Amino acid sequence: MTHNTNTKLPLEGIRVVDFCWVYAGPLMTFMLGDLGAEVIKIESRKRLDGTRLGKSIIGDRARVNATDPAFMPELQPLNHGLNRNKLSLTVDIADPRGLDLIHRLVRAADVVADNFAAGVMERRGLGYEALRQIKPDIITLSLSGAGQTGPLRDVLAYANTLAPLSGLGQLIGYRGEAPLGVTYPAFADANASIRAAGVLLAALYHRNRTGEGQCIDVSEWQCALMGIEETLFDYQWNGRIAGPQGNHHPRFAPHNTYPCVGKDQWVSIVVRNETEWAAFRRALGDPPWAAEERFADLYQRQENLAALDGHIAAWTREQTAQAVTTRLQAVGVPAFPAYTVEDVFTDPHFQARGTVVDVEHPMVGLEHVPASPWKLSTTSPSVRRHAPLLGQDNDYVLRTVLGMSKDEVEPLVEAQVVY
Amino acid sequence: MASILGGLKVVELGEGIPAAHCAKILGDFGAEVIKVEPPEGDVTRQHGPWPGDRPDPEASGLFLALNVNKLGITLDVTTATGREILLRLLGEADVFVTNLPLARLRALHLTYEELASRYPRLIATYFTIFGLSGPYADYAGDHLTASCAGTQAMGIGRPDREPLQMPLSMGGYQAGAAGFTASMAALLARERSGAGQCVDIAEAEVLATLYNIGAVVTYAYRGVTGIRRGSHGSALYPDCLLRCKDGAVGLVCNQLAQWLRFLELMGMPEWTKLPRYRDRRKMAEEYADEVDALMAPWMMEHTKAELFAMCREKHIPLSPCNNAKDLMESEHLRTRDAFVAVTHPVGGTVEHPAPPYKLSATPAAIRSPAPLLGEHNAAVLGERLGYDAAALAGLRQAGVI
Repeated sequence: MTHNTNTKLPLEGIRVVDFCWVYAGPLMTFMLGDLGAEVIKIESRKRLDGTRLGKSIIGDRARVNATDPAFMPELQPLNHGLNRNKLSLTVDIADPRGLDLIHRLVRAADVVADNFAAGVMERRGLGYEALRQIKPDIITLSLSGAGQTGPLRDVLAYANTLAPLSGLGQLIGYRGEAPLGVTYPAFADANASIRAAGVLLAALYHRNRTGEGQCIDVSEWQCALMGIEETLFDYQWNGRIAGPQGNHHPRFAPHNTYPCVGKDQWVSIVVRNETEWAAFRRALGDPPWAAEERFADLYQRQENLAALDGHIAAWTREQTAQAVTTRLQAVGVPAFPAYTVEDVFTDPHFQARGTVVDVEHPMVGLEHVPASPWKLSTTSPSVRRHAPLLGQDNDYVLRTVLGMSKDEVEPLVEAQVVY
Repeated sequence: MASILGGLKVVELGEGIPAAHCAKILGDFGAEVIKVEPPEGDVTRQHGPWPGDRPDPEASGLFLALNVNKLGITLDVTTATGREILLRLLGEADVFVTNLPLARLRALHLTYEELASRYPRLIATYFTIFGLSGPYADYAGDHLTASCAGTQAMGIGRPDREPLQMPLSMGGYQAGAAGFTASMAALLARERSGAGQCVDIAEAEVLATLYNIGAVVTYAYRGVTGIRRGSHGSALYPDCLLRCKDGAVGLVCNQLAQWLRFLELMGMPEWTKLPRYRDRRKMAEEYADEVDALMAPWMMEHTKAELFAMCREKHIPLSPCNNAKDLMESEHLRTRDAFVAVTHPVGGTVEHPAPPYKLSATPAAIRSPAPLLGEHNAAVLGERLGYDAAALAGLRQAGVI
């Protein structure tokens, strides 16, 4: 575990009541936790988070019996990655006594976040209008597939239906062919989560300065429009409908991935200008084909892309992706192997930067989770604790945060309101 | 209504996508962004698309999209005067956003160490492909490079063909969004400490972390996952794109009940009764294309709109594969004011996607079009820094602006 010995983390003292579950929402709130917020994940044994369900893949490598149903919700690696640093409060919000606990917690909180289908928070008595009566400067953020308003607000959205819906799917695939439509791992959730985390920080910044809270509605679909503007403009200006983009770049050539020695090994090569083209040719040992007129400038290389890619592939095919990378980067030409997650573990650069972080989980032992996607020089995000066991922090939240007595808590546990 | 970052000053120096996208978001929230371009203009001015397909550096679509809400000045920061002007702007700035490569930052004395001693409150957000530290800090690259290093490319494309980057400049946009979020964290920290700091955004690392929460934690048990599967996603059929009469649709049935309802919709064709098509995991892992082909005859009888309507009624997660026209005509997006018409003096009026979130008290908004090349030289250098008309003419003549 990395311990942060620096100055205070940016969100130290900020409390988040976190109704997010499954994937997109927790992906947002893990960033808040890494930045120092106290993120209290609201769960219930009566309706487990989807990432706690299913047969564990940990098997006999767990410190506990992985086939014991009591332990199974604690042995899901995806859940551990998404929820590190978070606390777990198990409470049944369908019970009025549970709802009352949540309302009391909101009074002591700064942010309430959810990624339920549109309208769910309102129906449960947890909408912004209800919560601001309890805590006038509360900030609420709802992250959903299509947003909280509009005719498709209730659209069933998984990552690979969101990609086609948002217009991104149409662009994914090989140029001139039918779209493939999907990415693996999925795009839409990650893209929306990082933007939602940012807008939440902006709202906190505003509240700190003015005392004003607010309600935020984030649409994953609209988040995915960030980055495809050029295709929307091309349609409006020229009536053109963009299809799959492949690895094509309008200003750079070559710009592709090429086969290398080994099974499914590839290297990317990018030439952005004529200086890099000259360096690239020299690195290849000035082969006669590269001197041909049809590759002399960007325009001609674009016109003869298939032939160009063929020549380059013939050269890369004899080498490892690392060898091509070292050779081309040495002369300032962008090249890099197509990595898998295994390479992220073993690569010296990612190791030096701490891109993967170790964390100790009580039922599993040492696990590895990706770090936050940024580094800050004095208040860098950190992984301080493993993902919570179900209800691990019930005592802390109820007794310490809400100041409840043992006599107040016990009947709630007995009635499975805290469960 | 008030804006969140009103009064905040941002200086952007860089070419291409990530710094520009980050500064654009800060501008959406009301910050004043001064975009510093080299005298010949930002590279994205050469990118297109263009109105009527007529190339014009003042009307490149990518540039217009990335640079709304900004003031634009031109400055040759390699000259002594240009550098002095840049430093004076940084002296007044809260956030400096750049995606110059590390070697150029060193040559221009714009590394964080050099800036921090002069401007202790400045937040400096650096975008590179590999980050400011580590063995590859000086490696060259663009978003294809980052997509490969960040493992994304190995997940996109057909298993027997070359890996693909995210389309367009999506990797750079991801880095830009990460930089915005991290810059906000640094601004929150500064409210307490009074001190600025260095924000280090490595595009490859953004992709390697954010997209790999699952793959990294399951690696120890399952080995490498996330290798491309063509038009298929996860290891459960269906999680894929399927052709239909007028295009394609995305269909994902995480729950068995959803799949059974879909089979019912298809009228339970004979093949669905065979044991071979009962094991959804095997179908995904061993013969997904074969199942796609069996689905095809029925799928090809229906348009994406028909399939979407039928599946919505039956609570089956299916979406049309929308293209640019579908998006611009989407009633849902129109209801949400997801597009905003922006008039640019050369590009004309074109609808941009609005900021993708609704804030009840302090909305983010597009307020002004992207600047023409050097449009605000006089306003920024003249009114702000006090260069008079003669001095500005001198700078122009010397090629500084």
